[in-house]
Amino acid sequence: MRVSVSWLREYVDLPADLPTGDLEQALVDLGIEVESVVDLRASVTGPLVVGEVREIEELTGFKKPIRFCRVDVGNANGTGEPQEIVCGATNFAPGDRVVVILPGGVLPGGFAIGARKTYGRNSNGMICSARELGLGDDHSGILVLPPDSPAKPGDDARPVVGLDDVVVEVEITPDRGYALSVRGLARELSHALGVPFRDPGLAPAPGGTEAPAYPVQVRDTVGCDRFAARMVRGVDPTAQSPEWMQRRLTQAGVRAISLAVDITNYVMLELGQPMHAFDADRITGPLVVRRAEPGEKLTTLDGVSRVLAAEDMVICDDTGPISLAAVMGGETSEVVASTTNVLFEAAHWDPVMVGRTARRHKLFSEAAKRWERGVDPALPLVALERAVRLLTEHGGGTAGAEILDIDHVRPPAPVVLPVDLPSRRVGVTYPPARVVALLEQVGCTVMRGTDRLAEDPGEVGVPAGDGAALTVTPPSWRPDLLHPADLVEEVVRLDGYDRVPSVLPMAPAGRGLTWQQRRRRAVSRSLAERGYVEVLAHPFVAPELPDLLGLPADDPRRRAVRLANPLSEEEPLLRTTLLGPLLGIVKRNLGRGLRDLALYEIGAVFQPRPGAGRPPAMGVEHRPTEAEFAAADAVLPHQPRHVAVVLTGDVEPAGWWGAGRAAGWADAIQAGRDVLAAADIPEHRIEVRAAEYAPWHPGRCAELLVDGEVVGHAGELHPAVVAALELPRRTSAMELDLDALPPAPVAPAPTVSGFPPALIDVALVVDESVPAAQVQRALVEGAGELLEGVRLFDVYASEQLGAGRKSLAYKLTFRAPDRTLTVEEAVAARDAAVARAAERFGAVLRGA
Amino acid sequence: MSYRNDPYDPKQVALLDPAALAEAVAAAEKTFAAAGDPDALTALRPAHLGDRAPVSLARREIGALPPAAKADAGKRVNEARRAIETAYAARQEILEREQAERVLVEERVDVTLPYDRRPRGARHPISTLMEQISDLFIGMGYEVAEGPEIELEWTNFDALNIPADHPARGLMDTFHIAPAGGSAPAAGDQAGSGLVLRTHTSPVQARTMLTRQPPIYVVVPGRVYRTDELDATHAPVFHQVEGLVVDKGITMAHLRGTLDHFARAMFGEGAKTRWRPHYFPFTEPSAEFDVWFPEHRDGPQWVEWGGCGMVNPRVLRACGIDPEVYSGFAFGMGIDRTVMVRHGVSDMRDLAEGDARFTRAYGVEA
Repeated sequence: MRVSVSWLREYVDLPADLPTGDLEQALVDLGIEVESVVDLRASVTGPLVVGEVREIEELTGFKKPIRFCRVDVGNANGTGEPQEIVCGATNFAPGDRVVVILPGGVLPGGFAIGARKTYGRNSNGMICSARELGLGDDHSGILVLPPDSPAKPGDDARPVVGLDDVVVEVEITPDRGYALSVRGLARELSHALGVPFRDPGLAPAPGGTEAPAYPVQVRDTVGCDRFAARMVRGVDPTAQSPEWMQRRLTQAGVRAISLAVDITNYVMLELGQPMHAFDADRITGPLVVRRAEPGEKLTTLDGVSRVLAAEDMVICDDTGPISLAAVMGGETSEVVASTTNVLFEAAHWDPVMVGRTARRHKLFSEAAKRWERGVDPALPLVALERAVRLLTEHGGGTAGAEILDIDHVRPPAPVVLPVDLPSRRVGVTYPPARVVALLEQVGCTVMRGTDRLAEDPGEVGVPAGDGAALTVTPPSWRPDLLHPADLVEEVVRLDGYDRVPSVLPMAPAGRGLTWQQRRRRAVSRSLAERGYVEVLAHPFVAPELPDLLGLPADDPRRRAVRLANPLSEEEPLLRTTLLGPLLGIVKRNLGRGLRDLALYEIGAVFQPRPGAGRPPAMGVEHRPTEAEFAAADAVLPHQPRHVAVVLTGDVEPAGWWGAGRAAGWADAIQAGRDVLAAADIPEHRIEVRAAEYAPWHPGRCAELLVDGEVVGHAGELHPAVVAALELPRRTSAMELDLDALPPAPVAPAPTVSGFPPALIDVALVVDESVPAAQVQRALVEGAGELLEGVRLFDVYASEQLGAGRKSLAYKLTFRAPDRTLTVEEAVAARDAAVARAAERFGAVLRGA
Repeated sequence: MSYRNDPYDPKQVALLDPAALAEAVAAAEKTFAAAGDPDALTALRPAHLGDRAPVSLARREIGALPPAAKADAGKRVNEARRAIETAYAARQEILEREQAERVLVEERVDVTLPYDRRPRGARHPISTLMEQISDLFIGMGYEVAEGPEIELEWTNFDALNIPADHPARGLMDTFHIAPAGGSAPAAGDQAGSGLVLRTHTSPVQARTMLTRQPPIYVVVPGRVYRTDELDATHAPVFHQVEGLVVDKGITMAHLRGTLDHFARAMFGEGAKTRWRPHYFPFTEPSAEFDVWFPEHRDGPQWVEWGGCGMVNPRVLRACGIDPEVYSGFAFGMGIDRTVMVRHGVSDMRDLAEGDARFTRAYGVEA
């Protein structure tokens, strides 16, 4: 909301010399966010004076009318002689008083004024339009002062045109609708600065009369708990809004339209009461306030034809709906250029209804914004009185004696506040008298005790301590004050947040991280230490991704959670695999000229639960039952945390030491093993075996198993996937479900023997289809307990070995815990190992 | 031989002549000094100390001497031999030392050559900061609580005192989950799935209170979502950390003490916090808070940091905690924004786009 300080000053006695910085600070300390403070006094610099036009000489021979004027600016020019100024406007005559900026002045936007020759004459200054002064959009002509203006030639023009003002723009939190008005802001500032406040919302207004101003029937008093109206007849349809009103509206960002409409906007800004002005002659028959029939239509003021919903409230006449209540009026009944009989309406609408209607029709009007945040239901008659007076004053006409007031408003409920609650919640000792004074300051009625009859307005010496309570009735303009905590906030807010001391609470001993949390850290650190760079990709993916990844038709990763309102219609789904978004980031890096990439991500994937339905409705008045909450949670998609890596380019760079090493399937699989190692999964519970699984190359894909359960996949990506995604050849990847890993056992201590080892190499020839891991497992099983370590150190194929054969060379380390092994013992163990491999895979010991 | 008391021929004992021995010593010393390296010296050893060396032959001649002369001659030979051995050892030491030094010179390398054959990776600064913040609070006795990113509307909104038609719900630009199988309805439609991408980490407050009894001291780092297009200052996916304390006798003073401590840990000993009254449905009273950051890259200044307040009793009640017995505070702030302020990151996209050059700058521990 934007408002000028001069308007605020009508109702709050701000110090005359209040610096703008102090004003801003006061608002911030009240909890009102300040978007901007514009000091109009500083917007035009240099001599800006009132001038009286003496002579006008029309210059001819130019494409447009040009006037050479002599303007009396008093002694402002230092000579007392008329100032000679060339002007392109024609909306003035000799004798008119205008606003003149003299050479040396600077207009908003840094537009410096000097003496210059133009259209063949010397022009010493400029006669200004409203727009040039930053006062509004009017540039149809220069600004001519009203005949009744007391300003004299040579006077400083700033106070005359409102450039002696300051305009503040504030952001109001959703709980404090009353602050969306001059009234509310003035009240708040009076609290902060301790200065007197005159409440325009409590201005005297005549009550409702027996005879209605217009026949109205309210059929839904939940949607509309108050409806007031009053008529003004015989208004001069040509009457314009006074300049000061237009200026204030413009400063507030509201366009001036017509006198009656401007008045409704003015009253809304001043009091916070949204209003509507009907042309009484364009209404047919009595008005009915009711819910809309589903499918009913109404063309609103913005020219949009709207289909109404059963929840919308409408005001109807005999022709049907003529206004979308509280949100926007209709075309057929609006005030027009010929309107002479105006029916003002000031009502009170259900904030929830207005909010839903505004969202449904995407009509976020200034009125709707106020209704949604709460409007004082005590305002309608005051607002009507203000509007009627303004209209009759500036548009003539006669106010009708009849005042309609259909009032079903319920008074605010009192709140019982233990008087020491503010002190207990805030940690500052507030004497009871202070609590009472602050609450009364915001307009509450405070009574001692919990008995409403025990009213004693002068008594504030309520004793503190157990049992002492206040009964606090919030003012009608504070529908947000419903609970004791709301009142505590008012106390600490007005007393000052800066008075709250700093005390560290003493937490009980905690248990540190969970094993899952420690494991995620270990995995992340391990990958980073091994050369991978972490990314945090956005999880939004395209429906085409499964096709690009070559996922089979029945792959569960094709079932994805869909967003109802995605940012991009092209990416409405949430990832079921980390690889999609991660590969996107790889591509972005490649596009920026990077070649060698090893990236990783740890994050959630989203797996819908088909047929889960909606979570059960749960209230907030008490805790949901275990069963209710469990049923609700069961609807949530499964969201396991995965880890993934992608590699491309060189994993080891080329250097002076020699060539680089290209990343490949083996690095990706090793990344999987590294993750399992970082997760402290014992080696013997891990299995790596060949698998065919999209999006990997069917001959270069491994599945990783823990305790026989598949937890992830790794290897080189399928060439078709690489081509479809335009990735470099041989791009490799790993993805593993961290949540599927069992907890790590407490590691048993190994036996560390001090006796010397026996080292024996064996080279085994097997069929090339035999996995090395299985050969090794056979060796380990066959060798028995004397085997301390086994390491595959060479793999090769050759013509000598024969087609389809390969040689696997292992280094075996044997050692006994209690003695030095004899050569015979070591050889026997080796032979047993080889025999097991031979038995299982037909392995032949080379050179044997 | 020496036991035979034969007369001896002086010629047979010429080598025992003191002058001859002195000459042998001098010759050895001269030859040794001329040796250029340990191998050359070793090659000279037989000639001067071997079986056929003059001192060795002289020892043999002792037997030819009369017994009375033997002791004297033996002593002379031993002295000569010792002198040669000493000379040999001295020369050997010198030569070996010289050779060792020569090797060190010859083996010199350019130690400035790079050897980053397996470059280190890096962790994202957001991950690192979330861990640091978690660790700070763990040190104060807190535990780290977590929750799902797709949340129930109930935990994300209702339980936090944000009813369906409250304007505060409209302020959080929410990603709604489409109902399974159906076409996408309008956001906020009653026929929706009842699920959202969580708009803040606060639903974990509700989950924590539903599953634990007070005293509750938890910190909640995590990923959150709003329907903001990615630009220099906004992102649809960002990160928050949230703190929740529910205990007997908790006051706003405890909240301030906690935030002050947190601010000093994050922004240095000179940091402090400033509160502005604000509105959050789940806290009452509520505040936004700024932190004084003495080492801001644009000079010391106040920086908007987060929101906080006393847990709204309605939230406690919805989660089964008696607000008459317990009170609590909660606070939260954006991790992305904190990283930006601390490290002087000027564009939020740098945190979201995953450019490896950006992240590498933070190393493994930032």
